[in-house]
Amino acid sequence: MGPNLLANYAEAIALILFSIGFGNLLLQPNLIKKIIGLNIMDSGMYFFLAEKGYIRGHVAPIVVDGITSTEKYINPIPSGLVLTGIVVSVSVTALMLSLTIRLYKRYHTLNLDEISMKLKKEGL
Amino acid sequence: MDLVRNLPAISILICMFAAIISSGLKGKAARVLNTVVILTVLAFSLVSFVWCISLGASVVYVMGIFPAPWGNELRFGVLETGMALFFSIIMLLSIWGGRHKMKDEVATDKEYLYYVFINLLFSSLLALVYTNDLFTAYVFVEINTISACGIIVIRENGRTIEAGVRYMIMSLLGSGLLLLGIMMTYDITGHLLMSNIQEAVRNIVDSGQPLIPLVVTIALLTTGLAIKSALFPFHSWLPDAYGYSTVSSAAILSSLVSKGYIFLLIKIFYRVIGFDIVYSSRLLNVLFVFGLIAMISGSMSAIRENDIRRMIAFSSIAQIGYIYMGFGMGTKAGMVASIFHILSHAATKSMLFVSAIGLTDVSKGSRHFVDLTGSAHRNRIAGIGFLVGSLSMVGIPMFSGFISKLQFMDAAVSLSYKKMLPALIVLGISTILNAIYFMKTVLRIYMPADKLGANRAQADVVTNTVPAARIGINGIVEEKDRLVFPQEKLYGTVIILFVILNIALGVCSNTVLDWIRAGLGMFS
Repeated sequence: MGPNLLANYAEAIALILFSIGFGNLLLQPNLIKKIIGLNIMDSGMYFFLAEKGYIRGHVAPIVVDGITSTEKYINPIPSGLVLTGIVVSVSVTALMLSLTIRLYKRYHTLNLDEISMKLKKEGL
Repeated sequence: MDLVRNLPAISILICMFAAIISSGLKGKAARVLNTVVILTVLAFSLVSFVWCISLGASVVYVMGIFPAPWGNELRFGVLETGMALFFSIIMLLSIWGGRHKMKDEVATDKEYLYYVFINLLFSSLLALVYTNDLFTAYVFVEINTISACGIIVIRENGRTIEAGVRYMIMSLLGSGLLLLGIMMTYDITGHLLMSNIQEAVRNIVDSGQPLIPLVVTIALLTTGLAIKSALFPFHSWLPDAYGYSTVSSAAILSSLVSKGYIFLLIKIFYRVIGFDIVYSSRLLNVLFVFGLIAMISGSMSAIRENDIRRMIAFSSIAQIGYIYMGFGMGTKAGMVASIFHILSHAATKSMLFVSAIGLTDVSKGSRHFVDLTGSAHRNRIAGIGFLVGSLSMVGIPMFSGFISKLQFMDAAVSLSYKKMLPALIVLGISTILNAIYFMKTVLRIYMPADKLGANRAQADVVTNTVPAARIGINGIVEEKDRLVFPQEKLYGTVIILFVILNIALGVCSNTVLDWIRAGLGMFS
């Protein structure tokens, strides 16, 4: 396990980041911290994917010197997926932030549990 | 007939473009456009459904110019087109059923936004049903989540925004796991197209490499989608989201959105991984256990609930449990039962939500059981809708719920003892619990009105003399007296259509089951 972990240290780091973000998104009562957790989680995933697509010593697949051998280039698909994923996470973050602003204006707190308590008191 | 091949792709695209166009339209125009789009998709799905049945095989449709291992594909057979047809019927009925409440639930200047979300939601549902590419599925899962959150929060009060935030948080956790699963699938197989992944997975299994990465991948994909479709331990967001959003939203969320994710999960089991490999990984047993717990706990919470819409929402948790129990059985019969239950639950739950609003409308907008006493006499058509829905949920013969329960029992009997006994016992208990809370409600709404006569007369006087008093305690406007005629007619028609759909599913079940079996055959 030791040498494997060492060889795949980037994936290990990515998964640790993912878990930190996942835990924050799930457990933090503060909405802003939840959103930060979401972003850490997403970054961890993109890091994982980018690492998977990268091959040491190879370059981005843009043909300049007429070399078309696959030996020279990295796999571009993971990078494309990362870009798509970033777009998704940006829009999701924007949506979450706007909802957070709405809740804050109404209840003057960012703590989701407190908001639930206030809602119960409102008795809606 | 080659033109028919294009219809599924076109239906996804017209929904998406309708969403874009709606964002520049006024409320009424957006509403008309939405109806036209759904009707068009309904017609397209019907044509491609008939075509697929006559063809007897599933069709691969290449999006763009690149062929299989690189490009993007749609793939559809009887099951996919049938599901799209069914989804469009339920979508249409749910929107029509909630239309008369739109004025009160959504600010007039925001009505067009509602239809933007509905169109987006519908296009993403169709894409989830049709796509043959795992990453496309992820993107549309996210679009689905965002638009579902949109239709929850569009009714702007504290409750719905809080419910929307909770929904988003759980969904984002789910999609995080799903995305990680998809990435690991890509890592170990090198493909994103579902059919190609299956070939690669078979190679891995046959070559005897260690299977742990594969099992982890299946676990991630399954957990992600289970969280998003509100399987038992992840259901905390559900009652608020279904209970306080607009009527149409509640009906659509419970009967379509969660079903879209479940359909994707079926697709992953059958087409991406291969059902025998999923079965041998024993992960299905986990789904089986959680399904059983959900069936009991959802019903228990529903019994304790004092609010009719939240009760129906809790009942959804139990029904999702049924579907996952069917997956967990790990046999084809169990899967067929689950898919039938997807249809039956979608038809029934949306009907219950739509008829519950008719009952609360004639009870001064209150959703508590005490105020609902005798409401079925005040709004007969909603009462009939609720009665049929309840009978179907409990599993009375002739309605669709009976057939799905029968199929589950049938599938359970052929299992080994270790799974058969818990499945049968929990099915029995859950049916009794269903009967308790649904029959309790039905008895209450059909309680003779004369006990409440005085109460009601008083309410009528108030509504007739003081217009301002029509706004009930919840800010919900008392609707009955000012329902314009065509809208009332539309509401009645919708309930009748729901009843017909339910009975049709129950009576013609053999045909439907044959289609499902044929569809599953074409699936992998």
